[in-house]
Amino acid sequence: MMDIPFWNREVETAERSRIEQIQLERLRQTIGWALKTNLYRKRLNQVGINSPDDLKSLGDLRRIPFTTKDDLRVSFPKGHLAVDMAEVLRIHSSSGTTGIPTVIYYCRDDVDNWTDLLARSIVATGAVSTDVFQNMMTYGFFTGGLGLHYGAERVGMTVIPIGGGNTKRQIQTMKDFQTTVVHVTPSYLLHIHSKLGEDGIHLTDLALRKAFIGAEPHSENTRRKIQDLLHIDAYNSYGLSELNGPGVAFECVCKKDMHVWEDAYIAEIIDPKTDENLKDGLEGELVLTNVVRRATPMLRYRTRDLAFLYPEGCDCGRTHRRLSRILGRTDDMLIINGVNVFPSQIEEKIMKIPEVATNYQIHVDKKGALDRLTVKVEIYPKLFLGEVAKLEALKHRIVEDLRASITISPAVELHEPGSLPVYEGKAKRVIDERPKD
Amino acid sequence: MKITQISVFLENRKGRLYDVCSLLGSNNVNIRALTIAETESFGVLRIVVDKSDQAIKLLRENQFVANFTDVVAIEVPDKPGGLASILKLLAEHDVNIEYMYGFVEKFSDKALLVMRFEDTDFAQQVLAKQNIHVVTSKEIEGL
Repeated sequence: MMDIPFWNREVETAERSRIEQIQLERLRQTIGWALKTNLYRKRLNQVGINSPDDLKSLGDLRRIPFTTKDDLRVSFPKGHLAVDMAEVLRIHSSSGTTGIPTVIYYCRDDVDNWTDLLARSIVATGAVSTDVFQNMMTYGFFTGGLGLHYGAERVGMTVIPIGGGNTKRQIQTMKDFQTTVVHVTPSYLLHIHSKLGEDGIHLTDLALRKAFIGAEPHSENTRRKIQDLLHIDAYNSYGLSELNGPGVAFECVCKKDMHVWEDAYIAEIIDPKTDENLKDGLEGELVLTNVVRRATPMLRYRTRDLAFLYPEGCDCGRTHRRLSRILGRTDDMLIINGVNVFPSQIEEKIMKIPEVATNYQIHVDKKGALDRLTVKVEIYPKLFLGEVAKLEALKHRIVEDLRASITISPAVELHEPGSLPVYEGKAKRVIDERPKD
Repeated sequence: MKITQISVFLENRKGRLYDVCSLLGSNNVNIRALTIAETESFGVLRIVVDKSDQAIKLLRENQFVANFTDVVAIEVPDKPGGLASILKLLAEHDVNIEYMYGFVEKFSDKALLVMRFEDTDFAQQVLAKQNIHVVTSKEIEGL
């Protein structure tokens, strides 16, 4: 039996009954916070919950209606805020489906609790305080950067807050500081591998031993490929900004899918069509309730991610149930190099540009290890004056408009009117040609 | 005088240029001069034809994105330094050329060039004063 590292052994290996006891206590406390928000007060009252005491058992959670991304959009900016702004320590935000962002507030305790979950996640992978941690996730509003940053500092690692992109500098930095652990999207890590050797820095010049890979779905084959190519261990990570960000679920040294930290999150799997709760082992939509966040309580949030929970325990001795890889989505959200993109965001921008017609197509494929997003539009004949410079400027403007909305730069192709397929009924606007493996 | 140039937007697709030429050819429209401005993802075909009104009608009826632009066609001595002498003249009179290209045929011993100017009227005045022969639409039709 290998040596199993723990951050908080007592909580991580607690009996099921103890976990449920913690969940119920914390859920009641969370209901108290939620009752202070415009978003939840009416909803809870309507199902007969007027105080935390109205929740007699964990089963009562199922009386509470689901929360959707759309609810958070409607309650923008502060309808779901449960504390005075003076108490808010930080704000994170993710892009909305139609331009209105989803905003999450954290007070001091919330940041502290989240940081602790990440320290726990990091230690569960076998990383230690003497590791040098290069955080390749984007900082800023995106939770992937700051979340792991704080967690790694709490573990006592040497943290390099390099952020996303600039492959040459990533490789140079890995060599200069003998980085041992990275946090990165799987596709970007493969991209980095493909660039090794270009500036005379080879794998043998690096000290890498572990990678936390997340923010985009990937297969077991991709993990194996990463491990084989780089001679490291790679651990899957799951989180979403509505539920703090990374640190919702993380793999332990066993690498057999991710432990959901159940003292902080109540995980349910439901049938997305009937909304019925499903048994462990059955695939459905993951629904999460955060029970340790005071500033932005989140009750039964529909993640739109399809997955299942394992009914059995884990070789590491942790009792917190494991979540499978994300097997799909119940909506049309695309994940492009770790960035969430909704086709509706692209459509909204395109429709505002008079020089293009209303038909368009979104094309996704792989170029090397990275995803490539191409937006194809038809030009509007009456505005064609025969000048190449104007067409180039139009293309450039579309790229900039889209980048402002979805944060990544797509390739834009101009097409002749009528050349993109026209659909009767529901249009198939998104062509995703990325291999499933 | 000005002559008509037809611009056709061409997306990057196999056979698209052929489609244009074949459409014009089968309707007895003759291409007199031609150039393609290309970018990595699309091109703009520029042509001068003998029957421009008919050509643009045909193209539009067949769903091509086409428009016309005024250009000037001039005769240039077909000898070393012939083009340079004209360009020198235009530069001295602050006439800006956006782009230019050559004709397929000529009707004298001089070469024929299509020029697109920033200010077509001003360019024509300058050319007239310098006695540079500007080709007429009639001459092009008759080529």
